[in-house]
Amino acid sequence: MKKELVELKINGRTHELAIEPSALLLDVLRQDLGLTGSKRGCDESSCGACTVLVDGVAMMSCTLLAASCQEQEITTVEGVSQHGSLAAIQKAYGDWGGAQCGFCTPGFIMTVKSLMAENPDPSEAEVRAALSSNLCRCTGYSQMYAAIKSAIAAERNAMVEAK
Amino acid sequence: MNHERIVGTAVPRKEGREKVTGKAVYVDDMVLPGMLYGATVRSQIPRGRIKKITFETSVAWSEFVIVSAKDIPGKNCIALIGDDQPCLASDSINHPEEPVLLLAHPDRHALRKAVDAVSIEYNPLPAIFTMEESERGSEIVWGTDNVFKTYLIQKGNVDDVWSRADYIIEGEYSTGAQEQLYIENNGMVAAYDAKQGITVWGSLQCPYYVHKALMALCDLPAEKVRVVQMETGGAFGGKEDYPSMIAGHAALLAMKSGKPVKIVYDRAEDMAATTKRHPSRTRHRTALSRDGKILGGEIEFTIDGGAYATLSSVVLSRGAIHAGGPYYWPSVRIRAKAVATNAPPHGAFRGFGGPQSIFAMERHMDRIAQVVGLSPVEIRRRNFLQPGQTTTTEQVVRELIDLGKLLDRAISVSEYQTKKQEFAIENGTGATKKGIGIAAFLHGAGFTGSGERYLSSVVGVEGCADGGVRILVSSTEFGQGTKTVLCQIAAEALGLRYEDVTIAQPDTTEVPNSGPTVASRTVMVVGKLVESAARGIHQTLKLSGMLGDSYSAEEFRAACQAYVAGHGQLRSWAQYDPPPDVFWDDEKYRGEAYAAYSWAVYIAEVSVDLTTYSVSVNDFVALQEVGRVLHPVLAIGQIVGGVAQGIGFALFEKVIWQQGRMQNNQMTNYIMPTSSDLPPIRVFFEELGNVHGAFGAKGIGELPMDGPAPAIVNAIEDALGVRFDSIPLMPEDIYDAITARSLRGEDEVASVIR
Repeated sequence: MKKELVELKINGRTHELAIEPSALLLDVLRQDLGLTGSKRGCDESSCGACTVLVDGVAMMSCTLLAASCQEQEITTVEGVSQHGSLAAIQKAYGDWGGAQCGFCTPGFIMTVKSLMAENPDPSEAEVRAALSSNLCRCTGYSQMYAAIKSAIAAERNAMVEAK
Repeated sequence: MNHERIVGTAVPRKEGREKVTGKAVYVDDMVLPGMLYGATVRSQIPRGRIKKITFETSVAWSEFVIVSAKDIPGKNCIALIGDDQPCLASDSINHPEEPVLLLAHPDRHALRKAVDAVSIEYNPLPAIFTMEESERGSEIVWGTDNVFKTYLIQKGNVDDVWSRADYIIEGEYSTGAQEQLYIENNGMVAAYDAKQGITVWGSLQCPYYVHKALMALCDLPAEKVRVVQMETGGAFGGKEDYPSMIAGHAALLAMKSGKPVKIVYDRAEDMAATTKRHPSRTRHRTALSRDGKILGGEIEFTIDGGAYATLSSVVLSRGAIHAGGPYYWPSVRIRAKAVATNAPPHGAFRGFGGPQSIFAMERHMDRIAQVVGLSPVEIRRRNFLQPGQTTTTEQVVRELIDLGKLLDRAISVSEYQTKKQEFAIENGTGATKKGIGIAAFLHGAGFTGSGERYLSSVVGVEGCADGGVRILVSSTEFGQGTKTVLCQIAAEALGLRYEDVTIAQPDTTEVPNSGPTVASRTVMVVGKLVESAARGIHQTLKLSGMLGDSYSAEEFRAACQAYVAGHGQLRSWAQYDPPPDVFWDDEKYRGEAYAAYSWAVYIAEVSVDLTTYSVSVNDFVALQEVGRVLHPVLAIGQIVGGVAQGIGFALFEKVIWQQGRMQNNQMTNYIMPTSSDLPPIRVFFEELGNVHGAFGAKGIGELPMDGPAPAIVNAIEDALGVRFDSIPLMPEDIYDAITARSLRGEDEVASVIR
């Protein structure tokens, strides 16, 4: 198939790429750009391991055409930590047992990022509902709830300190 | 010594940072120069013989590397326990996912079309798909009788008890296949050169299983086979034996093409072709006294092994030994059998036969309670094993476990009695019925019987040039926290900081064979060896006069640095030494089946919606005695994760079979629990300690898989007054049972609630 030039804004950088119009965002991230943090688990938007943010909205990149994301801001797990220091949610997932085998973790981190941006003080029911788009076979999810609670508290404290 | 008490604290995961930043490297993240992608052409029929293979002309075959059984340099088998499973079928087909040909191409996307463009003609043979068909033997599909393995466990004389029994209670229970459903599919990369031999990097649990299989398949000596574990995205037993198959396939393509080859399954292929939990059927016939004490019983435990023997004999063994539960049987006869069918071989899945036979035992206990007229609590209490009594294999319980106390605590934290009363009132009206159920169980840690003796695991610890300590084991991390806990153990043993200890990535050229990462053995068996090898490092430094008995972490580092600078290397090895008082008879299947058991009482609370017939688990209490808890966060993670899989096993996860092939091999139609489906899972530990494990630890990984299913189904019976003895229990099964009940003119469900 003929390749076309597209411009993708990923983690704050603009990439000009020649890709097939049918290329999926997950393939472009993993193969063309070497951003392998987003994982392939099912190829049919079931497991959420490939979740990225597109203009802040959590989307599954395994069924998303890369070319359709031009002009939008794409964030992957590689863009979550800044200047080498972990984001609050990453640190909390590590501390509270939110990550076991780690394969679903990048997808969950992106889903939680979008939840925290949308709803700064989610109830446990809201957290459960938000996480239900992603599958984790190791944890049974409950240590993730503790991690999310702790990350929200940490961000709040950081904001208070910054003031 | 300057102890910092590392054991028992929640230190950070060794590989945690890589995992939360997406930097951890899994096999599909690996790219080697010139690498090809590999794919597998599989059989399409359950049984028959290959007549002819045709390559359709629509594909440019010259671009592809094609491997058939003829290209295998060594023995065409996946060497494991027996050698009956071929790596590639050359003639006979015994299940519908049997690998026949391998293809490789530089473009991953070109492979699917090519796989579809190979057509195989067969002379079909009659196939069998159920244990009952297999047992009837009208068609022999394996060996001379379709039987992979049998065991007979006998204690006392059970034939004498029937005449003096006040009650004889029978029941039949069954469990279905369950897919491990790790989120990372199976995958391997292989590279070959004539001088170095073959190297594979992959998602796997047991580097030395793959090593052994590749030596036989590729006809290479040990030093020319290298197996490296990549970060592994979940396993649960599903990456115990099948990785040897994929490694073999990638290796054959790499040898033929001279290029590195990556094979990563997609979800559909992984679910259809790789192993699942063995389906099972258990029959109980139990003799009881008037006061509800077990006098003796017969247990028949049968599992469906699929088309080849693989691990079925060992799954069967663990299932049979756990079939009597945590109860005292004055006499018992357990007959266990693994039979062949024309489905892909079933394999290891967390619990390894235990969840199957324990489901039966714990459902049967509730049935016994009803017949005898005791509560589910009381029937268990009266029959619990006590220290000093013997198990079904006549192993004396030496641990000071008090199961009655464990039960009391679970009853109390779950508010069992209050809820029982409340539900009895609430269930009278309304379309939602609530219930509460108990399961009590045990799980043996380590290999069964003589297993650890045969494995004879070796562990190394080395002092490094920078003064730190590095652990050398083949034990793999795939979520449980292997690296973290083993580093805690070494740090504690040497009085070092957790940061002073690192662990090698499992690579067979670097680490000794410390056995497979299975059977809840890592912390207890390998951990103890790590402790002992670590102490050896101190011993060497002490004997060389560089370190005294008491030292700071800094003094240790300095001594270690000086020793390595002077001697070039500082290494200490430890090998498994069976405890002297352990006896096991492989012939009679009698004796110390496991060095230690973990014990548990789980309580599930459910509600059943009589409009949709769906079941919700509303609360779950998991109380266990697993020895010393070495890392509280990881330990809770093991329990919650295992309970979640157990809930899936009971209520969600149903494999739909047709002609031996899984039909619902997608995550959209084989449903595992999401965050919305699970109750709060409340975890409690008792910590008695254990002499066999490092710092008092026992096995923990598999235990939580055993209890949830029976606790939940017991709770459903409590809610509905209808008996269910088969899982997975789907809404349609509940609908059918309730409808059948009303058709028979029996009481309306609402009125049978006590």
